[in-house]
Amino acid sequence: MNFMSAGGNPQLNKHGELNHLLTIEGLPREVLARILDTAAPFSEVAEREVKKVPLLRGKSVFNLFFENSTRTRTTFEIAAKRLSADVINLNISTSSANKGETLLDTADNLAAMQADMFVVRHASSGAPYLIAQHLAATGRDHIHVVNAGDGRHAHPTQGLLDMYTIRHYKKDFSQLTVAVVGDVLHSRVARSQIHALTTLGVPEVRVIAPKTLLPTGIERLGVRVFNDMREGLRGVDVVMMLRLQNERMQGALLPSTQEYFKSYGLTPEKLALAKPDAIVMHPGPMNRGVEIDSAVADGSQAVILPQVTFGIAVRMAVMVMLAGN
Amino acid sequence: MTNLQPMQLPDAEALCSALAEAMRPCVDSGRTALVGIHTGGVWVAERLHAALGLKIPSGSMDVSFYRDDFNQRGLHANARASHIPFDVEGAHVVIVDDVLYTGRTIRAAMNELFDFGRPARIDLAVLTDRGGRELPIAPTFCPHAMSLPPAQMLALERAADGGLSFRVMEK
Repeated sequence: MNFMSAGGNPQLNKHGELNHLLTIEGLPREVLARILDTAAPFSEVAEREVKKVPLLRGKSVFNLFFENSTRTRTTFEIAAKRLSADVINLNISTSSANKGETLLDTADNLAAMQADMFVVRHASSGAPYLIAQHLAATGRDHIHVVNAGDGRHAHPTQGLLDMYTIRHYKKDFSQLTVAVVGDVLHSRVARSQIHALTTLGVPEVRVIAPKTLLPTGIERLGVRVFNDMREGLRGVDVVMMLRLQNERMQGALLPSTQEYFKSYGLTPEKLALAKPDAIVMHPGPMNRGVEIDSAVADGSQAVILPQVTFGIAVRMAVMVMLAGN
Repeated sequence: MTNLQPMQLPDAEALCSALAEAMRPCVDSGRTALVGIHTGGVWVAERLHAALGLKIPSGSMDVSFYRDDFNQRGLHANARASHIPFDVEGAHVVIVDDVLYTGRTIRAAMNELFDFGRPARIDLAVLTDRGGRELPIAPTFCPHAMSLPPAQMLALERAADGGLSFRVMEK
C-alpha cells in the first residue's frame, strides 16, 4: 500500500503525533506509553458526581460499525460522551465483504455533516486505512479515524486497554512472561496484543494454540509458540485468553468445542501452573465452557470486568490525543 | 537585561505565612476546605492547611481537562488525576494557586469543582498577583502583587528540603 510507505507511519502527523489510530504495529514505545499515561487521569472522571469533562465539546464522533459489537461500541460511545462530544451511532450491516466504494461514499457523506472523528469497525482488514487514506487524499486530514477492529488485522484500543490493565496490576512490563491463548489465527485482538507487548518491552511473549489456529510465521512477531497449554502456562504472570471465533471458522479447524475445552480451555487446574499471582484476562464476549471455565472467569485471578472499565479511560485518552493533535 | 534578579523576586516562604495570616480570620477550621491547583498550588495548600490547622483534608486539582486552549494546544502533557477527598456539596472551598495571571486557570478550576458538587462558597487564595488578567477574576486573599512582561513566566519551585521559592523563566 503506497499510503503505508509514504512518509513513514500513516497514523502519525508530521510532528510525530498520533493523527489516526489504525494499528499498534509500528507505533513507537513512547507513543504507547503516552496513551497509557494519559488514560490514567481519565479513570478518575468516572468517580465524580458529573462524569463528564468538556474536552470534546462541540465535536461530532461517528461510530461506524459495519460489524456487530456491543461492548466496543458502547465503551466508545461512553468514552466520547464523557468527553462531551456528540455521538452518532451507525450500525451498518453488510452482507457482501467488498463494499469499498460504498464505504468511502459513507465517509464522504458523514464528512459533509462536519464529522470530527470516525470510529470504524469493519469485517474487512484495512477498511479504516482506506478511510484515513481517502481523507488524506481529499485534504480532510482534520478528521481522525480510530480503528475499532478490522477483519483479522487489528483492534488497537483493545490491545491498549489490555496493556493498561497489565500495567495496573503488574506495574512494570520489563520482567513479565505473558501468554496469549487460543484462536490466534482469527484474532485481530491477538495481533494488537502481541505488537503492544513486544513494543513495551515484555521479555517473553508466548502464544498457546493448536497448530490449526495459528497463522504461519507467527514466530516472526517475536513470540514463543506452544501447542501444549500446560507447558505454555508454566510460570506466566499474565494469561490473555482469546475468544474462540466460531463465526469466522471455515472448514474443520477443530474437532469439537468439547475437545477444544479439554486441551485449551482455561480451568483452575491449568491456571495453577501459572504464577500464583497471575492475572487472567479476556477481551469478551466469553464462551464459558469453551475457552474458559466459569470457575476461572468468576475467580479471584480474573480481571475481565476491570478490563471493560479501563477500556473507557483508554478510549477517552485516544480520542483526546487524536483531537488535540 | 530582561531577567529579574533573584533578590527582586518575592520570598515565597514569607508569602505563605502572610497568606495564612490573611486567611485566618475568615476560615473555620472544621468547615473550610482547600483545593490546590497542580503543581505550585498544591504545595501552598499543604502549607496553609498546616498553618491554619484545618480538619478537612485538602484536595488537589489538575485543570488540564477544563482548559480553554485545548483546541489550540491539545491536551497538556502529564495531566494528572484530580483528587477531592471531601464532599463539595455545600462546602466552603478555597482554591489555592501560586501565581494569579490571566485568570483562565481559575475559571477552569471553578468549572471542574462544580462537577464534584455545588459548593456553598468559593474563595481564591494566591501568593502573588502578577497582573495581566483576561477574565473578571479577583483573588480573595493575596499578600503580594507585581508586574511582569508577558514573555516571562513566574513559577513556584520546591527544593529537596521542601523549601519554596519563585523562579522566572523566559517563554
